[in-house]
Formats: sequence, structure tokens, C-alpha cells
Amino acid sequence: MNRIKEKFAELESKNQKALISYIMAGFPNQKATMSAVRGLVSGGADIIELGFPFSDPLADGHVIQNASTASLQHGTKIAGFFDMVKKIRAETDIPLVLMTYTNILYHYGYAKFIAKARHAGIDGFILPDMSIEESKEYLKAANDVDTIFLISPNTSKSRVQKIARVSSGFLYLVAVFGTTGARTGIKRYTLDAIKQVKGQTRGMIPVGVGFGVSTPEDVKRYVRAGADAVIVGSAYLRLIKDTRQDKLQSKIASYTHSLKKQTIL
Amino acid sequence: MKYPKDGRFGEFGGRYIPETLVPAIEELEENYLKFKDDQRFKKELDYYLKVYAGRPTPLYYAKNLSEKLGGARIYLKREDLLHGGAHKINNTLGQTLLAKKMHKKRIIAETGAGQHGVATAMACAALGTKAEVYMGHKDMTRQELNVFRMNMLGCKVHPVKSGSKTLKDAINEAIRDWITNVKNTYYLLGSAVGPHPYPVMVRDFQSVIGYEIKSQMKKINKTPDVVIACVGGGSNAIGTFYPLMDQNSEMIGVEAAGKGLRSKMHSATLSSGSPGVLHGMMTYLLQDDEGQITKTHSISAGLDYPGVGPEHSYYKDTQQVKYHSATDADVIDAFLMLTRTEGIIPALESSHAIAEAIKVARKTKRSESIVVTLSGRGDKDVQEVQKYLNRHEQN
Repeated sequence: MNRIKEKFAELESKNQKALISYIMAGFPNQKATMSAVRGLVSGGADIIELGFPFSDPLADGHVIQNASTASLQHGTKIAGFFDMVKKIRAETDIPLVLMTYTNILYHYGYAKFIAKARHAGIDGFILPDMSIEESKEYLKAANDVDTIFLISPNTSKSRVQKIARVSSGFLYLVAVFGTTGARTGIKRYTLDAIKQVKGQTRGMIPVGVGFGVSTPEDVKRYVRAGADAVIVGSAYLRLIKDTRQDKLQSKIASYTHSLKKQTIL
Repeated sequence: MKYPKDGRFGEFGGRYIPETLVPAIEELEENYLKFKDDQRFKKELDYYLKVYAGRPTPLYYAKNLSEKLGGARIYLKREDLLHGGAHKINNTLGQTLLAKKMHKKRIIAETGAGQHGVATAMACAALGTKAEVYMGHKDMTRQELNVFRMNMLGCKVHPVKSGSKTLKDAINEAIRDWITNVKNTYYLLGSAVGPHPYPVMVRDFQSVIGYEIKSQMKKINKTPDVVIACVGGGSNAIGTFYPLMDQNSEMIGVEAAGKGLRSKMHSATLSSGSPGVLHGMMTYLLQDDEGQITKTHSISAGLDYPGVGPEHSYYKDTQQVKYHSATDADVIDAFLMLTRTEGIIPALESSHAIAEAIKVARKTKRSESIVVTLSGRGDKDVQEVQKYLNRHEQN
């Protein structure tokens, strides 16, 4: 059973694209993360991407950096994170993807970390500082867990194919030159990149677009350009930061709903 | 010089980078390989090293210090006499020339103590291009003089307020800038760290130190028994050691033990760290049980870094180089001793190497010789030293 693959198949049969929602585990605390997850599920998110904090998140903009720091200061640890994933898994069957940095897995041991994550209910991994050249041990350890690699608008055609071959779940197309974080406006080069990558991968694997996506309008335009999934992250963290705990679940749900609507064709 | 094709020194090094940087790193490597043995490029670089930076630097026999200690003859490789006051200019001239050949309009850099930032600003001014430098907020306070110097040289200094507000965070921020402006920007890394090919390229540009030592020692019919250099990221050390690897000298890299290795207030990565991945490379790191990078401390901003160049990690494991450490207190003593015996004010970074030389000299014979790379001058540090002395005299 592969939850991510099943999800994309299910969406295809319903003529929908995927909304992938990112939140940082333990930001600002574990209780808030659980409320946010419930809001994401009831709001209609298709896949949840859970960030695990790293002290030096060099691909992230200020919003995710600050959330990482806050989560670590709050005491987020690997064992507690796996327990939380188990708790989420007990409530929902939604695909769960873990986004963190290479050193967290390397230090723990790729095989050991991935096995424990898998056991807790994680379906895939995103490591923004893992290049395909360094991925041998990681891929070997991944087994049946999806390895979601990133590509960028400046990735060459031959490299897109190399990356697609070792990716599973979906390909993560970074929409902009820059770090994560909400931006205004959509770049022409992003729309071109979506078309190109879709052409280059010829349906081998779904293509998700993320970085700088925050409004229903953004989602709509990326879906129209051919994206199979749209990933929203920093915008969720700002919402979490600005919302009282008792309102969090419903606020997250209604924001998610407004984004999800745009993925229904 | 040997060029590791896969960018690995044993298991260390490599290229752990966001995908957006891959085309930029490939372009850099391609150009570096094209120009590194290009006669015109080498001639141009040699010209600037000689008439602009002031190479070759002297190898000075520190007679007073040697006699005071009563052991081996201590020779100082005077990188402190270079333009800008440190070895950093060897690398910034090389990389700025390369950036120009690559037609990059914008140069960014990180800096810890500010020496690399100053050397970048100087090289860019001399070669007619613009630089922006990222510097940790904590470092901007303790190395204020270098911030002024960069500003006067026409360089914009961006304060970095994330994380520990030191060199590590300045590198993170410079990498983020590079990801954002990847098309027109050249990232001028200041130490032998980061993703391949930086560790090799910076080593090659700094190797002029070791090659000069070799020929200068030959002229006085000696091979050094011991060679000592300080290690933060480790660029002056690798530039010193690498060309001397084929001799039978004992090599010692000296890390910052801060308030002591057991205090956890130090930056002695090789002495007490473990392998991991940071800033695009696999290398020894100071990290906790969960793989989070830990806070570091050193009296010298230039050594205050939780990682180290991957080639040093390799030499540690192969035991080709020994890595020791010096505490803040040892460093202040060494700083004062060299200042008073020789009239040379060393940078606090370089004073780590001097501290080790003092220890080693006491155990050696007069017939032996020690070469110490004096990587920079200490003008920038006199306020820090004064503050330290005031604090400790009160206690």
C-alpha cells in the first residue's frame, strides 16, 4: 500500500489536483500542531507535509526559519515527533510527508530513521539539501517510502530526467529562485517551467509546485498551468502564529477549503 | 595539485545542496577547472598577489621568542603583513578574478571576524566589481572596526540576526541570497568549506602559503620539524599543510578550545565533534544527540564555527595531521607574549597557533625548527583583548 500513489490515483478519477499543506511540527507547540492537522483534514487537504525543525534550514525563508527555531526551543525531539505522527495516524489515513534536512537523518542513521518514521506512519521524505549525487545511502534505506526530490526552474532537461528516475510520490518543482516563503505575483518562468517539466516527465510522476504559494488565485493559476499538486507552507505558519489556539482548527479548515476549491476542475 | 573529481576526501566533502544551486556550482567548477591551469589567469593572479597584496610574505625567525622558550627555532610565516592584514586576500583575489572571467556582476560573501569581508571588499574594489557581505550581528559588535573598513571600501554589510548570529548563520544567509540571485551572483566563500569545488579551490588559492614556506626553508637548508596553523574553517591551515604533505614534518592544526573542551563553550570541531552534513558538505560538526548544530564559543570570531573544511576531517581520520586546541586563556597569554617579545601583534585566530608553538617549543631541542603560520595581524582584536584583561584583572 502506498498512500501517496493511491491519493493521486483517487484524485485523477475525481478530476482533481492535489493540495499539499505544510506545517512545522511543534510550532508553536504540539497541541497546536494537532489542531492544525485536524483543520487540514477537515478543510480538504490531500497530503500533509510535516516539517521537522533543523537548526540551520538554509533553503528556508524567515517564516519557516523562525518556526524551526521556536519549535526547537519548545523542545521538539525526534522521539516525540514520531509519537505525534502515530497519534495523527490513529486519526486519519491522509498521506504524510516529512520535510527536514539531511543531517537529521544522517546523524540518526538513514535506515534507522526511515524505518522508525515509516512505522509511525510517514509515507515520504523531502530533503531540500539532498542532491541525487549524494543520495545512494538514502535511497537504499528508503525502500518503499517515497523519496521526493526537488527540481528548480533552472534544472537542465537531462537532469530533470535523472531526478525523476530516483523520485517517487511526486516531483517537487520549486516555483521561484529563492527560499520558501509567501510572495506576491506569479512569474512567467514558473508557468513555463511547469509546462516544460510536465513535458519532460511525460506523466511518469506527478509534479507538485511549491515555494511562495499562498492564495487561492496562486493555486488556480498553477493548476491551470498543468501542476498535479500545489504546495502551500509559509502562509499556514503565519496563520498559525496569528491565531488563538481555540480558533486554530476552524481557521485552518476554512483557509484550506478556500485553497482546495481551486484544485477541483 | 590533486583534484578530487567527485569532490570527496575519503568520506568527507561532497555536494549537499538545494537543486537551484546545482547549475551554479557546475558552472563554477567548469570555470575553475578551465582557469586554474590557464597561464594568463595565473600570470594575472600572480601579478596582483605580488604588487597588490605584497607576496611573497617573509618567513621571520622569531629569535627573542625562541630564546625565551629555550627550545626549537620558531619561524613565523608572516601572512599578517599582507594587504588587509590576513591571508584571506590570497583567496579573494583568486576568486574575484575568476568571477570576472565568469562575467558575474555581483559578488556576495560571508564573514566571521570580518577579515574575509575586508579582503573581499578590497579585491572587488581593486578589480572593479561590487561586493555585499553577510556578517553575524554578534560578530559585527565584536569586530566593529572591520565593519567600518568594509563600509569605507564601498561594500554593503548585511547584519544576520538568525541563529547564533555568527559565521555559521552568515553562511546560511549568503547561501539563501545565492539561491535567490543565482543567475548573476558569484558566492565568494572565505574558507575551505562548503560544497565541492569550494574546499579544493580555496585550498589551491591558499597553497601559495605552503609553497613559499617550502622554498624559504630550503634556502636556509632546513625542513621544518613541526608546522603549526590555526583551524576554524581551516583555509590558512590547509594552504600551509597541503604543499608540505610530502615532507616528514609533523603537522598540527589548532582549534579554539574556548573556555575548555569540557565546558561546551568552544569551537573545537575536530577535537570533539562527529561527522555530519552542514553548508553543503559532509564533515566533522559540533552537534547534539539529535543532529542539531550546537552553539559555539571562541574569543576569536574567525574560529567561532561548528564545522571545519572536509579535507581536515579526512586528515584527522588518516592521522596525517594532528588537531589540538588552545583555550581563550592560553590564547591571550600567547598574544601578549608574541607582542612583547617580538613586537608583532597577532590576530586572536593566529594566537591559537602561537599558543601551540609555545607548548611545543618547550619540549623540543634547539636544533629543531617550528614553522607557524601567522595568518593575520591583531589590530582588529586589541579592544577584545583589553576587555578580556579588564574582566580578568577584576577577578
